[in-house]
Amino acid sequence: MTAARALRDSGIIVWRQLVQLPRIPEVLIFSLIQPVMFVLLFRYVFGGAIATPGESYVNYLMPGIFAQTVAFGAVASGIGLAEDLRRGIIDRFRSLPMARSAVLVGRTVSDLVRNAVVVGVMYAVGLAVGFRPEGSIGAQLVAFGLLLLTSFAFSWIGVVIALSMKTVEAVQSAGFIWLFPLTFASSAFVPTDSMPGWLQAFADNQPFTIVVNAARALFLAQPVGNYVWLTIVWMVGIIAVMIPLATRQYRRRSG
Amino acid sequence: MDARADSALAVQAEGVRKSFGKTEALRGVDLSVPRGMVYGLLGPNGAGKSTVVRILATLIRADAGTALVDGVDVARNPATVRSRIGLAGQYAAVDEYLTGRENLEMFGRLSGLRKADARARATELLERFDLTDAADRPSKGYSGGMRRRLDLAASLAARPPILFLDEPTTGLDPRSRLTMWSVIQDLVDDGTTVLLTTQYLEEADRLAQRIAVIDRGVVIAEGTPAELKARVGGEGLEVAVVEPGDLERARTIVSRVASDEVFVDPERRRVRAAVADGPRALADVAGQIAAEGIPTEDVGLHRPTLDEVFLALTGRPAEDDDGAAAMDEGSG
Repeated sequence: MTAARALRDSGIIVWRQLVQLPRIPEVLIFSLIQPVMFVLLFRYVFGGAIATPGESYVNYLMPGIFAQTVAFGAVASGIGLAEDLRRGIIDRFRSLPMARSAVLVGRTVSDLVRNAVVVGVMYAVGLAVGFRPEGSIGAQLVAFGLLLLTSFAFSWIGVVIALSMKTVEAVQSAGFIWLFPLTFASSAFVPTDSMPGWLQAFADNQPFTIVVNAARALFLAQPVGNYVWLTIVWMVGIIAVMIPLATRQYRRRSG
Repeated sequence: MDARADSALAVQAEGVRKSFGKTEALRGVDLSVPRGMVYGLLGPNGAGKSTVVRILATLIRADAGTALVDGVDVARNPATVRSRIGLAGQYAAVDEYLTGRENLEMFGRLSGLRKADARARATELLERFDLTDAADRPSKGYSGGMRRRLDLAASLAARPPILFLDEPTTGLDPRSRLTMWSVIQDLVDDGTTVLLTTQYLEEADRLAQRIAVIDRGVVIAEGTPAELKARVGGEGLEVAVVEPGDLERARTIVSRVASDEVFVDPERRRVRAAVADGPRALADVAGQIAAEGIPTEDVGLHRPTLDEVFLALTGRPAEDDDGAAAMDEGSG
């Protein structure tokens, strides 16, 4: 199987997913409702009680929301794949002389496109509730790029989870369970120095905090330190582990 | 250990075994499917039919044994096998959010056709399967029969010489089933080899030139439908009388031509026996009954059905899936 064929087949699957997107509006709507709820909750309910020295809370919050939004996109990737497995369309793909990698690559790439749209909408929502990013256009575009890299890495985690579970319901539960501690025990919503020492040690060093810190520094024109590089290293590392794992499971999966 | 490839065979399997956990789904299946016919794989739920198809279609690997499809080993060259087969089945695996045309173009391109060819082929298939009117609607809104036809069309995109149909009419209403039957017959007339699994005896009888009966993971009988029926013991002659009082006289008449024991069914007022020369026995019996003036509802020859074949081979009716259902790993 040539690389050209793999690229062509992946492109066809991306086309399939993107054609579907406007025909299943609930997928896009629900992937927007959740982050919008979080914005409203944290901006207007909890935000007043959270101290973020030197920065308005809404400015502090929004980069965390963007990162959480792309991370939660992993669940949608997993559920989409689990639905395909359940319906038997994956069996048809596996019986065709197409590139084996195309189904998974096509899904994760098309989810990247969906997440780009969702983050764009969330950016506008942020502006509407008072988010005022001071970073240069270039810096903000880098932040956007890092979020999309994160989206891609997390989608592959979602794919691995989907291929390990037997039912769509299990994929849904398993898909969310690990995301709650990861996104809340982080710097996304509150500064980590308010946490007990043991938790702070975890929160400061886990990859999600690193993404949030990188994005926040870039959006708000703060010093980025090593966060940009660390984000790239973490996400590329996750992708490098998850792709072979997912491919192996896909080959073995008998549907 | 290698099966010698026989070019006259579309599918050749020897000693194929497969277990799922502790369940032995296939316990050594041998199969020889000649080219250019519908070959029926008949068995109750959980017999292992789907597992056979999934191994031949390269979806799962056998634990032991060899299988050649179009002369190509499914374990060694699965990619080559995939370019020679089509797979369609009871789960109608098309994308329900894409239109019929989009589905066919997508599967055509993924089967290796160029864009323009895939487009032309899609139009041709839509026409052939009577889906042109619905071509540009998402397949989600299709009826069960339409969806099944689209599924079958999708498997034909690249004109594969060998087609696997896993219970193609399960769950369809009688009219859609008849349509599917005529579509499948047309395919074979065009030279395609079809391996069809079914739990409907009528379907195998109607479509298949040869049948393998599979039960609990092994092939228990193989042959033409006529050969299989002959195994239950040739033709039978049956007389149904109007008056229960005439049963004894009818029995005496039938016993003169019977090649074996005569059965009397008082409840349904019937007398039945196996006969060696059906037409002649029928003429004799009909003549004597007329001569004695016995009123009858029916006098006729009765050919054994595949239901009786299955009962004779396995000791239980085909539709009874007790105990075996758990063995069906399904096909998701």
